[in-house]
Amino acid sequence: MKKTYKIEVDCANCANLMEDAARKTAGVASATVNFMTQKMIVEFDDGQDAAQVMNDVVKACKKVEPDCEIFL
Amino acid sequence: MRELIESGLLVVVAILSAAFLIIGQKNSGGMTKKQKVMLWRILIATVLLLVLQILGAAAFDRLGAAGRWVRLAIHVVDYLIIGYDILKKAFKGICNRRVFDENFLMAVATLGALALAVYENGEYLEVIAVMLFYQIGEWFQSYAVGRSRRNISDLMDIRPDYANVEKDGKLEKVDPDEVEIGSVIIVQPGEKIPIDGVVVEGASTLNTAALTGESLPRDAKIGDEVISGCINMTGVLKIQTSKEFGESTVSKILDLVENASSRKSKSEDFISRFARVYTPAVCYAALALAVLPPLVQMLGMGMDPAWETWIYRALTFLVASCPCALVISIPLSFFAGIGGASRAGVLVKGSNYLETLSQVKTVVFDKTGTLTLGVFEVNGIHHSEINGEKLVEYAALAESASSHPISKSLQRAYGKEIDRSRVRDIQEISGNGVIAKVDGVEVAAGNDKLMDRLGVEYISCHSVGTIIHIAINGKYAGHIVIADIVKPHSKEAIQALKSAGVRKTVMLTGDAKKVADQVAAFLGLDEVYSELLPADKVEKVEELLKEKPEHEKLAFVGDGINDAPVLRRADIGIAMGAMGSDAAIEAADVVLMNDDPLQISKAIKISRKCLGIVYQNIIFSITVKLACLVFVAFGVANMWLAVFADVGVMILAILNAIRALRVQNL
Repeated sequence: MKKTYKIEVDCANCANLMEDAARKTAGVASATVNFMTQKMIVEFDDGQDAAQVMNDVVKACKKVEPDCEIFL
Repeated sequence: MRELIESGLLVVVAILSAAFLIIGQKNSGGMTKKQKVMLWRILIATVLLLVLQILGAAAFDRLGAAGRWVRLAIHVVDYLIIGYDILKKAFKGICNRRVFDENFLMAVATLGALALAVYENGEYLEVIAVMLFYQIGEWFQSYAVGRSRRNISDLMDIRPDYANVEKDGKLEKVDPDEVEIGSVIIVQPGEKIPIDGVVVEGASTLNTAALTGESLPRDAKIGDEVISGCINMTGVLKIQTSKEFGESTVSKILDLVENASSRKSKSEDFISRFARVYTPAVCYAALALAVLPPLVQMLGMGMDPAWETWIYRALTFLVASCPCALVISIPLSFFAGIGGASRAGVLVKGSNYLETLSQVKTVVFDKTGTLTLGVFEVNGIHHSEINGEKLVEYAALAESASSHPISKSLQRAYGKEIDRSRVRDIQEISGNGVIAKVDGVEVAAGNDKLMDRLGVEYISCHSVGTIIHIAINGKYAGHIVIADIVKPHSKEAIQALKSAGVRKTVMLTGDAKKVADQVAAFLGLDEVYSELLPADKVEKVEELLKEKPEHEKLAFVGDGINDAPVLRRADIGIAMGAMGSDAAIEAADVVLMNDDPLQISKAIKISRKCLGIVYQNIIFSITVKLACLVFVAFGVANMWLAVFADVGVMILAILNAIRALRVQNL
């Protein structure tokens, strides 16, 4: 399952860090942050609850970049 | 003198930030709330710093012993106004074990300088100024990137905002998403067609520039299929929708372009990897710069260690090292390149494809529909005993019952309505042709075999194409040559590719050898392989892929309908004439929105320009950065210069990236 989320992040390097953090979150098969369109595309592992996984993703991203927003 | 320059600079900053604040107030879309808040902080901190600067240390000395501490307190307040979020982020970073990021760099650099200043009761100006200019740089980066991001997105935005639906005789604007398949929508002159459909009433001219990059208008009349994203120019059109909004051409294109920059190129990967190694490396280098030289001086040479000098240099080194310019400019260049390409009618599905496209040295074409129109047309009428038009008329009428492409092209060449009542006794002889009575006259139209069968003597033809012999009342009346015609720009396109540095052009086709060879010779192609089945095409492309060197890429250009496997197999698949063809958009990596093969060389040129800018930015930013770091390490540059180097490089890199958007003159 693939979902796209709107995000708000100011710098490109931070976007890279968020991408890394999201990828390492359990339940995420792959994640891409598109800084230019301010979007995060997350592909979830099979049988995972997207909302729950996204909670962890937000936490992980806030850790690396406190300024970022992910609109769920 | 120096104080005057510094004060002047602060005044300029104050004026500029006030001006930006006014701009921000005017057009609400230009700035985010975060940016406005930051701008206020910059303004307040600058003014306060300016006041402190004018008062000078002497004003506080009059307060007696406490003066020193009052001065410190006010400066710390100013420092916190401008830099509290950096300190907070740095602290959080340490808590989360992410130590070496730029917030940490700035926090350590400025706190270190502050400590030195307190110790000496000296210059606080520099501490605050460094933080101030860092924040200005950050603000400008976020503003410039946001602006260019929005500008590019706006250019690509062909999204229709509404659809007009008639309700009780009145027009009502509704969300295109809510329009169901089969409903009738009304498009007035000047409006965008929101959803794909068929014209049921009215006639107009359409501007397809937003989709194809081509300014030549198209006509639309009743029964024509129209594509969303075109602008209706002259008349009111009633359109019956044939797709949902989400499935319409315009949504598909938007989706494609928006997701394009998510597929990252090698250069982008290189930069993210580089940044990951670079930041910690710089931190350790700074640490070494702070500790090693004084130790060497003290122990090795028995000189004064000069700790302050080296710590100051190390801190400056940290400020100068921020990798922002590099990290931001590369994806921005690609984004601008993709945006510019889409304006020219070339959709590129990802930065990685743009990169591959720039390395293309072999271009393989499909013939039908790519280099030729894929529409059969009457090419010549030879040896006709009667009027040529009459001959076509007879042939068209005789073939009127058939739906074969050849019959269709005859009917098109005839150009008038077919009156079926004139035709009787139609006899179709499979693989040979047709015999029928037209106006009471017996007409036989078909190939050599039919003529042999009827015992009519015929004249064979030297022209390439499909030959239709006609016999009237058992007597030979001449033949009609039907051939697929070459697109007007095909020859030019091949030449343009050659001059763009493409080494080999190849044509693959399922057509007969004679036809293929003639077309290839006319167009000036290097190699041609004919009479291929679709599976053979894949095999041929694989052979060609093996022949070429690894770093040179192979592009396959097809019309996307039956070439999907080949499009996928090639290094890069280019689909032509994708207006409305879903299969093409699916299978290809690059989609040319109009049928013009000239677009291929244009696409390659766009990609080269974009990649050129990417390399310029990489080399320029790394060189300037390294040069600055060396200057700082040897004490040539101070912290002011370091900050200016950081912000300046970034601004130049961003401006350079924006150049990738301009592709009109390529």
